[in-house]
Amino acid sequence: MRSVPIDFVRASEAALADPVLHASVRRAMVRFRDLQRAVIEEVPDWQALREHAHRVKMHTLAHLDRYLEQLDERVTAAGGRVHWARDAGEAQRIIADLVRARGGRAVVKSKSMTSEEIELNTALQAAGCQVVETDLGEYLVQLAGDRPAHLIAPAIHRSTEEIARLLADRLGVPVHDDPAELTRTVRRVLRRTFLSADVGITGVNFAVAETGTLVIVENEGNARLTTTLPRMHIALMGVEKVIPRLADLAVFLTLLPRAATGQRLSSYVSWITGPRRPGEGDGPEELHLVILDNGRSGIAADPVMAEALACIRCGACLDVCPVFERTAGHAYGSVYSGPIGAVITPLLRGLDAAAQLPFASSLCGACGEICPVRIDLPRLLLELRARVMSRGWSGPMERMFVRGWTAVMARASRLRVAGRMARWALRALQGRRVLPYPLSAWVRYRDLPAPPADAFRDRWQKIRSSGGAQP
Amino acid sequence: MRDASGRPGRVALWVTCLVDQLFPQVGEAAVAVLRRAGVEVDVPLAQTCCGQVAFNDGFWPEAARLARKFLNDFGGAEAVVTPSASCATMVREFYPLLLRDDPPAAVRARDLAARTYELTEFLVDVLDAGDLGARFPHRVTCHASCHSLRGLRLRDQPLRLLRAVRGLELRELPGLEECCGFGGMFAVTFAALSGSMLHAKMAAVEASGAEVVTSTDCSCLMHIAGGLSRRGSAVRAVHIAEILAAR
Ligand code: SF4
Repeated sequence: MRSVPIDFVRASEAALADPVLHASVRRAMVRFRDLQRAVIEEVPDWQALREHAHRVKMHTLAHLDRYLEQLDERVTAAGGRVHWARDAGEAQRIIADLVRARGGRAVVKSKSMTSEEIELNTALQAAGCQVVETDLGEYLVQLAGDRPAHLIAPAIHRSTEEIARLLADRLGVPVHDDPAELTRTVRRVLRRTFLSADVGITGVNFAVAETGTLVIVENEGNARLTTTLPRMHIALMGVEKVIPRLADLAVFLTLLPRAATGQRLSSYVSWITGPRRPGEGDGPEELHLVILDNGRSGIAADPVMAEALACIRCGACLDVCPVFERTAGHAYGSVYSGPIGAVITPLLRGLDAAAQLPFASSLCGACGEICPVRIDLPRLLLELRARVMSRGWSGPMERMFVRGWTAVMARASRLRVAGRMARWALRALQGRRVLPYPLSAWVRYRDLPAPPADAFRDRWQKIRSSGGAQP
Repeated sequence: MRDASGRPGRVALWVTCLVDQLFPQVGEAAVAVLRRAGVEVDVPLAQTCCGQVAFNDGFWPEAARLARKFLNDFGGAEAVVTPSASCATMVREFYPLLLRDDPPAAVRARDLAARTYELTEFLVDVLDAGDLGARFPHRVTCHASCHSLRGLRLRDQPLRLLRAVRGLELRELPGLEECCGFGGMFAVTFAALSGSMLHAKMAAVEASGAEVVTSTDCSCLMHIAGGLSRRGSAVRAVHIAEILAAR
């Protein structure tokens, strides 16, 4: 895990310097938004569904121990094995040991942001395994030696041309500009990999405590191959993925594809309860479920922040976020980018590692409005800002500015005097580009307002006595 | 005092610190419009700032101090009206959160929140105003600020008033729901991101074919106007109160 604090300001400015990047992301996001809007509008009780999903998640988080125990029990009863990992290192070790015990060399992976979070690939490679991502976007990102930029569209920051060149370079295939042909090429390569893999690793979208069923939602069918072809399936989930009952799934399976990809249904929803049973035609011989904490139980116990764990990783908040649109995700310095990343990364890694992230938002509120589980993201950002500042982590200029502002605003008489000085200064500074903080940053993109001769409060007596409608 | 229909006959105008100090003409226009709509206007001169600046930047103890002051300044008002959706959102949505450790203040805040309105919201939802006798012969596009859109859920209120203005040609703004990039300290801390969002907004304003961009928020307008001026655009930024007061 990195310990250098995430420098969002620097990283976002670097991303902004690449207009092609912004254009690629923008195009994809606008398409997502349109699709999402259309399928969300056709659900008449969308708001009620979000509310319901929110309640189920919050209830589960409040009784996390109970449901996780139940899940453990049911998965075990179905013939699976459950492993508990307190942190990333423990999860890496557990999984590497499982792979080694199986004599595994070749590992296929599908659908797991959590494995990115714990940097599983690096650990497995260090243990001598070959790990191949099988979801198209993840595969491309892996091939490029890059990191995913979006929760469900990991290669959103790459243009078709870049991808064509990448495949030509690495796989020795001709350069194609037809996305369908590119997909076919990758498929051909991956089919062989699937057949030779010893172990399949996936994430989990929902884990049903009542039945021990692991639910995986996807569109490409790779998770299905990953969980059926290799002899061992290892599923990795964060503790927050548990839900109480099968009956709760209906709501989540309505919300997730609509918010994620603007689809009514996902192409594949796999329900996995235990490994292959005698007489069954396919499925792994061994099923292992690794349940990862990595800071989550601390978040669940935090009455203000627990809400962040309700996230179902649909990516919708990223798709509507003007900041994400311009940074293409990487500036957030974590697999979790966009508004949810700005909330969850400081919670998972500690505020000192990511103190800038909660501020990386204009608080426009679009994320909170779209979130299918109704997480109040702007409020969580504000709460985190307050925590950062209460530890005195502001810049000294900023602190001086806000403290000074507050002191002036504490009395109208002070405001009158300070306002007069500010207007005088504004007049003197018109047209200047080299200015003290915070005006320095303002004039990079904007001119200063031209100040009036006097304040409204100075005119009020006259306006009041005029009494008429015409000022 | 409420009149027979239960409408407040007298409102306290909350000018906001920004309007007071930098855009007094907006405050004057708000007074004129409210008077034309038949209500008397008070301006409590003890008012300063609602604390939003400090609150959004994470300085909650400082913000709470200003919030308590605000409750004292406006506590007795029958209705509080402000030409700023963003400031109205602060009182309505965030005071109870900010003051949660001070239950009596939180109760007063909730009580005041129920009587606090953004100007166009008050005119339309409370006074049922439409035509206020304004005349503004220009092509106008209306920037829906994020706080008006998502904080106060204003949709048609500003447009209904603008449509009744004589000579005004209303132009649709492409990408209406997209933030202009102001965001208070965000404009300073993340200046490059803010600047990029501003550019997209200005492009949309120009694409609308409007000569004037208006809004319920002076803060967004100050940012947009500063950008338009920097790029030498012919489009002017004018607060909606000024348009509604124009004759
Ligand atoms: S926070 Fe909400 S919108 Fe964002 S990824 Fe999670 S569930 Fe989706």
